[in-house]
Amino acid sequence: MRRFLKTIGARAIVQLQTIGHMFIFLMNALYFIFAPPFKFRLLLRQIRFFGNKSMLVIILTGSFTGMVLALQLFYILRKFGSEALLGSGIALSLLRELGPVLAALMITGRAGSALTAEIGMMRITEQIDALTAMALNPMRYLIVPNIVAALIAFPLLVAIFDLIGIFGGYLVGVKLLGISSGTYFSLMEDYVVMEDIMVGLYKSLSFGLIVSWICCYKGFYTGYGAEGVSKSTTEAVVLCSIMILIWDYFLGSVLLIG
Amino acid sequence: MIEITDLHKSFDSQKVLNGVNLKIADKEIIIIMGTSGCGKSVLIKHIIGLLKPDQGSIVIDGVDITELDTKELDTIRERLGVLFQGGALFDSLTVYGNIAFPLREKTKLSKQEIRERVIHALEDVGLKGIEKKYPAELSGGMKKRVAFARALISEPAIVLFDEPTTGLDPVITSSIHELIKGTHKKYGYTGVIISHEVPRIFEITDKIAMLYNGVIVESGTPEEIQNSMNPIIRQFITGSHEGPIEY
Repeated sequence: MRRFLKTIGARAIVQLQTIGHMFIFLMNALYFIFAPPFKFRLLLRQIRFFGNKSMLVIILTGSFTGMVLALQLFYILRKFGSEALLGSGIALSLLRELGPVLAALMITGRAGSALTAEIGMMRITEQIDALTAMALNPMRYLIVPNIVAALIAFPLLVAIFDLIGIFGGYLVGVKLLGISSGTYFSLMEDYVVMEDIMVGLYKSLSFGLIVSWICCYKGFYTGYGAEGVSKSTTEAVVLCSIMILIWDYFLGSVLLIG
Repeated sequence: MIEITDLHKSFDSQKVLNGVNLKIADKEIIIIMGTSGCGKSVLIKHIIGLLKPDQGSIVIDGVDITELDTKELDTIRERLGVLFQGGALFDSLTVYGNIAFPLREKTKLSKQEIRERVIHALEDVGLKGIEKKYPAELSGGMKKRVAFARALISEPAIVLFDEPTTGLDPVITSSIHELIKGTHKKYGYTGVIISHEVPRIFEITDKIAMLYNGVIVESGTPEEIQNSMNPIIRQFITGSHEGPIEY
């Protein structure tokens, strides 16, 4: 029993140390965001990295999410004779919840994993050491551009996801299920308020920070060899996915109650 | 002048450096040789300041770098050039971008001046005309030579070579040795070379030190080392599998 408690205790201490280390890493990165010189060229490259890697998957998942939502919501709303609310239902679901969460999960799988693998490879091939040996701070060159790029790219990709999703819902609702185009959009205009858009924006910004932070951290402190990079990449994707869902709940609660 | 005194380093329970003492004079080339995994790369990482020792000091030109913070350490690093074992070229940059990188980031040279220096550095290492290639398109020997050019582009006072010829064929190995010899003559840097290429590399060095079990067991001129009666050095130079060196 004592041995068991000792093992649990030791693991808890290691986990707490890791969490502490992750927060120090984040604080360090946040400091360098505001400390010149700024690396705009690297920032643009990383925005392109997030956008380029994730655009196709965002378009695909966005459109099918909107289409499935239209089918399911139409089925439910018809029971209450409220099919006219289909457009606003889809828009609210996407803007407040599904858009930010699903887009963040997709970007994590596509660009986040690539980011961890890339930084991890730089670590094991001594490229990060080479930067340090040149008296250049790897935080400024590798981590900060990725975090800032994610803060810019996530809201944009989420906006594209939402737009494509609403259009996907339109295709199914209007072209397939026969709701009039005017009803689909006019009620959406009535029920969707600025606050709903802002909720999605806050969520996408925070998911951008979470994903870039975790993926950069896992790559920066990767293990040895290809196995180490592979393990870090898997850990980054799993941890990001869990954190996105947990943070979504907490942020959702605060924003709804607030 | 680099002076390493009583340097200790452990990773978890594994003791890697166990009291290293070594003096490297200005403008001399020293070879640190030793068996695989004996801590040669760990020693070089301490000189760069990538690792902090558990005990001991590394004094470079009168400054103990083990007591410096990152900013102060960077002023020392600006005088260093490092050739990493695998080259450590940036995958996302071309050969030109890689060599120009330290100049672009650390100096205020104009584009034209940087271009001239990069082209000149590529000529020095015998790789004219490959500026637009990416590291993935280069052979192992070419990567090492590009990394060599990058390490020397800022004309550093101290150059650290971490196994500059490991994995290369004998012809390219000789050409890298010649490059070290030629550039040392031209720029007059202090060179610290970690190498297994014994006794071939002896011809380019002033001093050799043997690292074994975390300590420098002997150091001296190439002649002294070649004539040494220390069984560890004898076994290492002859490559015999019989002797005190444990595998």
